[in-house]
Amino acid sequence: MKDFAILAARKTPWEIVAPNLTVLVFGLLAFAAVIFLIFILAERASVKAQEWLKYLVFLVPALLLLAIGLIYPAFRTLLLSFMNADSSEFIGFENYIWAFTRPEIVTVMTNTLTWVILVPLASTVIGLSIAYLTDRMKRSSAIKSLIFMPMAISFVGASIIWKFVYDFEPNLKKTDIGLLSAIAKALGFTPPNWLLEVPLNTFLLIVVMIWIQTGFAMVVLGAAMKNIPDEVVEASMLDGATQWRRFLLITIPMIRASIVVVVTTILIGTLKVFDIVRTMTGGNFSTNVIANEMYSQAFRQLNYGTGSALAIILFVAITPIVWYNVRQLRIERSER
Amino acid sequence: MSTIRNRVVALGATAIAASLVLAGCAATEETTTEETTSAAAGSTGCEAYAAYMGNEGSEVEIYSTIVSPEADLFMESFVEFEDCTGITINWNGSQEFEAQLPVRVAGGTAPDLAVFPQPGLLAAMVATGQMVAAPTDVADSVAVNYTADWKNYGTVDGVFYAAPLGANVKSFVWYSPKTFADNGWAIPTTWDELLALSQTIADTSDVQPWCVGFGSGEATGWVGTDWMEDIMLRTASAETYDKWVSHDIAFNDPAVVTAISEAGKILKNPEFVGDVASIATTTFQDGGAGIVDGSCAMHRQASFIGGILAGDYAATIVTPEDTTVEGGITTFYFPGVSADNKPALGGGEFVGAFADRPEVAAVQHYLTTPEWANAKAALGGWFSANLGLDTANVADPVNAVAVEILQNATTFRFDASDLMPAAVGAGSFWKEMTAWVAEDKSDAAVLDAIEASWPAN
Repeated sequence: MKDFAILAARKTPWEIVAPNLTVLVFGLLAFAAVIFLIFILAERASVKAQEWLKYLVFLVPALLLLAIGLIYPAFRTLLLSFMNADSSEFIGFENYIWAFTRPEIVTVMTNTLTWVILVPLASTVIGLSIAYLTDRMKRSSAIKSLIFMPMAISFVGASIIWKFVYDFEPNLKKTDIGLLSAIAKALGFTPPNWLLEVPLNTFLLIVVMIWIQTGFAMVVLGAAMKNIPDEVVEASMLDGATQWRRFLLITIPMIRASIVVVVTTILIGTLKVFDIVRTMTGGNFSTNVIANEMYSQAFRQLNYGTGSALAIILFVAITPIVWYNVRQLRIERSER
Repeated sequence: MSTIRNRVVALGATAIAASLVLAGCAATEETTTEETTSAAAGSTGCEAYAAYMGNEGSEVEIYSTIVSPEADLFMESFVEFEDCTGITINWNGSQEFEAQLPVRVAGGTAPDLAVFPQPGLLAAMVATGQMVAAPTDVADSVAVNYTADWKNYGTVDGVFYAAPLGANVKSFVWYSPKTFADNGWAIPTTWDELLALSQTIADTSDVQPWCVGFGSGEATGWVGTDWMEDIMLRTASAETYDKWVSHDIAFNDPAVVTAISEAGKILKNPEFVGDVASIATTTFQDGGAGIVDGSCAMHRQASFIGGILAGDYAATIVTPEDTTVEGGITTFYFPGVSADNKPALGGGEFVGAFADRPEVAAVQHYLTTPEWANAKAALGGWFSANLGLDTANVADPVNAVAVEILQNATTFRFDASDLMPAAVGAGSFWKEMTAWVAEDKSDAAVLDAIEASWPAN
C-alpha cells in the first residue's frame, strides 16, 4: 500500500487523465473538421463527381489499410527472406536451402504435413456425421451447442485444458491429475509421459485442433443440409433408397460446395497452427510446426532472414488452397 | 432524400474506420512517469549531497525496463537527492526498452541515462558512437564500490561506460532447514560433498534428493542452461567461461564436455531426480514446489523462485538458522569444486549515459554510491553488488544471502545464455538441453548440435 501512497502524493488521477483527454478532444475536433470538409465538397460537386466521390470515400480507407497492413508487409517479408539475420546484406537463397536441409526443419515440415492431412479430414468427417445424425432429430440443439462450444474457446485456453488431460506425474507419491493417465490406469496400462512419446505426442496435439474445429464443420454442413429441398429427399425415399445410399447419393452431392469450403477453411487454419504447439510443448519433443518455428526464428532468435523464409514457404503453401476456396465460394454463390 | 441518407451512412462508416486508426496510434504512445520536485536546496540534511550541487532546475531522464511497482521504489529512493540538488529525475520505464532504445538512439532522441539489463545491448549502443564514457568520478566510485568483474561488464573495448545498478544471483540451492536439521544433513561446501549428500539422501531416506523442472512454455530448457553455466563456472576457469561465451572455444570443447558430464551426475541420475525424461515436462514452478511439500530435498534455482513459492505454494521464507518452521525454505550457496572456489552466476543492470551534462554525471555518480544502494535496499525487494551495501539493510533473508555471496565471490559472471547470440542463447541451447533429458540425447550429440547452430559470422 506504501507504493500507492507515493504515487498519490505525486500525481492525482486527474493529472494522469488530463493530457490524454486533451489529445482525445483535439483528435475528435480535427476529425469532425475533416468530415465537415468532405460534406461541403460533396454538396458542391456535380452529380457525376458525386458518383466518383462515393467510390473514393468507400474504397480509399480500405485500400490504404490493406496497403499498409498487408501488401507492404508481404513484399517486405519476401525481401527479408533473401537477407541475413539482421537484414544487413543479401544472401540469395541460403535461407531457403537452410529450411529444406536442416534435420529439425525437415521434422517441422513433416509434422506440418501430418497436421494438414489429419485435422481437416477428421474434423470434417466427424462434423459431417454429427450434422447428419442430428439433422432431423428433435432437441438436437443441446447436443449441437455442446459440440460447438470448444469453438468459443481460444486456442491457448483449449491447449491449457488439454494439457491437464495429458498431465503426467512422475513422482509416485503425488496425486496424478491427468485424465488420460487415469483412463489408461483403469484399463490396466501403465501411462507413459504422454507429451514425450514421439510420434504419439503430435497426434495428441492434433486431437485438440480437431476438438475445436469439429463444431465449425458441423454448423456449416448442418446449415447446408437444411437447404436440401424436401422433394429430393422424399423422392429418394419413395424410390426405396436406404439411409446410407441417401447419404452418399443425395446429401453429399447436394452439399459438396459447402464441404469443400469447410475443408479448405480448416486446412488454412491448420497450416497456421501455432498456439497449440507453443502452449503445450513449446515446439519441443519433435512436435514443432512451421508457424511456431517461424515465430521462434524471427522473434526469439532474432533471425529475420530464416523467419521470413519460413513465412514465405507457408504463404506459398496456402495460396493455392485460398484460390481454390475462393473459386468454390464463387461457384456456390452463382448456383443459387 | 434517400441519396442524402446513403451519403451520411457512408461517411459515418468512414468515420468509424478512421477513428479506429486514430485510436490505434494513440495506444502505442509510451507513458512517462514524471516527478515534480520542490527544489529546497540547502535545507537541512543536504550536506551529503554537496558533490552534486550546482545543477538546480535541471532534469535527467532515466530510461529503463523497470516499471511500476518496482519503479515507484526507485522514485522514492531519489526524493532526498532531488530535494537537495534541485535535479528532477524522470524515470521512464518501458517493457519495450530493448527494442525501443536502438530506435530512440537512431532517431536522435536518446535518453540521458539508460539502464541496460545485459552487457550485449550496451556494446551495441557504444558501437553507435552516441554514448558518453563515464566521467572520472563515476569510474573512481565504481572502482572502490564494486569488484573488478562488475566494472568489466560496464567496459567496452577498454573504455568504462556504464556503472552497475541492481543485481541478481542464480547460484542458489533451495532447501528446507527443518528437513535438513531433522535428518542431520549438513550443508555441503564443495561439489563432491554435494554429490555425496545427494547419495546419502537417496540411500537413507524416502525423500528424492533433487527436484528439477525445465518446463517454461516456449522457453523450456532455460533451467538446464543455468545448471550448465553454474557448473561450467566451477569446473573451468572464469577465462575459459568467457571464451565459451564469446565462442573463442567451440561449444563442444573438452572444458564444456566436462561441465555437461558433471551436470549429468545429478540431472541424469534417476536415483537423484526420479524420472529423468519428465524433467522436460515439469514446469520450473512445480519443480520448486517439491521442496515446500517435502517430496524432495534440494532445488537449484535463482532467488526469484522464493516469491513464486511463497505466493503460489504457501512457502515461508526463513533464515538458514531457523530450523523450526514446517514448510520454511531458504537457500545455501551452490558449492564450488573446492571450499575456497566461490564463483557467482547472476546478472545485473548497468547505467550508461548518452548526454554529456553535469547533472547527468551527478545522477550517474550518485547511483554508484553505497549511500544510495543502502537507501534503495532498505525500501525492500532489491539488492546490488555494491561492496558498501550493509546486509542489515536487506530485509529478505534470501537477498541477504545473495549479497553475501556477491561480496565474497571469487569471480562473478553473467548468465552465459543471455550473452550468447539469440540463435544459441534463446534457441538451440534451450532446445538441446531439453532433448538431453527428454530424449536421453548424449552429451556429445547435444554439444555438437549447439556448436553447429552457432551463427557463422
